[in-house]
Amino acid sequence: MIPATFDYVRAGSVDEAVDALKQHGDEAKLLAGGHSLLPLMKLRFAAPEVLIDLGRVEQLRGVCDLGDGRLAIGSMTRHIDVMDDPLVREHCGVLADVTAKVGDPQVRHRGTIGGALAHGDAASDLPAVLAALEGTLVAQGPNGTREIAASDFFVDYLTTSLEDDELVTEVRVPKIVGPWGWHYEKFTRVAQAWAIVGVLAMVKRSNGSIEEARVGLTNMATVPVRASGVEQALAGHSPDAIADAAANAADGTNPSSDLSASAEYREHLARVLTRRALEAAAR
Amino acid sequence: MTRVGMTVDGEPYEHEVEPRLLLVHYLRDVLEKTGTNIGCDTSNCGACTVHLDGRSAKSCTVLAVQADGSQVDTVEGLAEPSSDADETDGWHPLQKAFHTEHGLQCGYCTPGMIMAAKDLLEENPDPDETEVREGLEGNLCRCTGYVNIVKAVRTAAAELREGASS
Repeated sequence: MIPATFDYVRAGSVDEAVDALKQHGDEAKLLAGGHSLLPLMKLRFAAPEVLIDLGRVEQLRGVCDLGDGRLAIGSMTRHIDVMDDPLVREHCGVLADVTAKVGDPQVRHRGTIGGALAHGDAASDLPAVLAALEGTLVAQGPNGTREIAASDFFVDYLTTSLEDDELVTEVRVPKIVGPWGWHYEKFTRVAQAWAIVGVLAMVKRSNGSIEEARVGLTNMATVPVRASGVEQALAGHSPDAIADAAANAADGTNPSSDLSASAEYREHLARVLTRRALEAAAR
Repeated sequence: MTRVGMTVDGEPYEHEVEPRLLLVHYLRDVLEKTGTNIGCDTSNCGACTVHLDGRSAKSCTVLAVQADGSQVDTVEGLAEPSSDADETDGWHPLQKAFHTEHGLQCGYCTPGMIMAAKDLLEENPDPDETEVREGLEGNLCRCTGYVNIVKAVRTAAAELREGASS
């Protein structure tokens, strides 16, 4: 399969990329690692007239400590470099652990954190992490930069609140402080790494009980969802409450039906995987 | 057309290519290096795996223009030249092990399996069975059931460790 023809622009800096976006508007797409976009272009589901390659924009790679209790990860940082980064591993291990479950090794060598998030795929693992962490994305456009909360970023299937002339430059996540445990449960077809349903559970323990719980659901709606009913049911309770709380994990979700699973089966998976993820996170 | 230059299996190449040309088509159709196969063409099966700047990548999901300035290594560059009658002499330990352990039936997935396994062994010289299976997660074989592939990778790992320590 071969993509439709396009004009190729290689951006050397963020400013060059923004200028190109401004010039070409919605005819242009940004190329990060290409592991979401190129498969769509090969299937001709996407046929941008202009492709702006960010591969040479070195300023978008790497991780730094913002000094305000958060880490900033450059949008073009590849999954493998997020997983292996010492700052991420020390301060936000949950992001490293879930990133290690994205795709397969070859995909993690090329795919980027910003590309995966900006693609806005409901079956992608990282949006649920960002939702559970209450992280933010920094977008840059012709009028400067703005910071967008994860809960405002994902709008609909493959749709984010990015403007046509904006690009994601940074992903910001809080450092995890205190006795938090986490676990990501992902149900897939054996031959494919896309989540049929994924559940990220984060649990803060205190004197044998759960002080705070966060549950992020992958592929249970067109956007990542927090299982807020489950979270509220667990706050201040013993881990014995997990099974009953997890029974409500599908409340308020709106999963799709496709070849892999019906919506009803996805709701069942959400309940089972939420229980498993919470039990593992609370251990 | 866009000018690209890259080193493939140690040799420098430069061509004018269409921006939409995929790296795997550049390797196979322009350079006529057909050792790298195209399998599913949808980023799933890993038959087209090559190394891009030292790490495994699916060359059906990379544009040739993205690889500009890179070092590309394919299965064709693995074997050392062999002058004597037995051409298996120069084979890489992974190539030998896939042969001796029957790590293939039809052989279509093998170039990608070997390149993915090479990346794995460079990161982890002594993987256990689970680690091999996880390391080859991005490569599908529809004949063997993977048992002999895993054996082959662990056999090659042992030979490579021995080579490194002697």
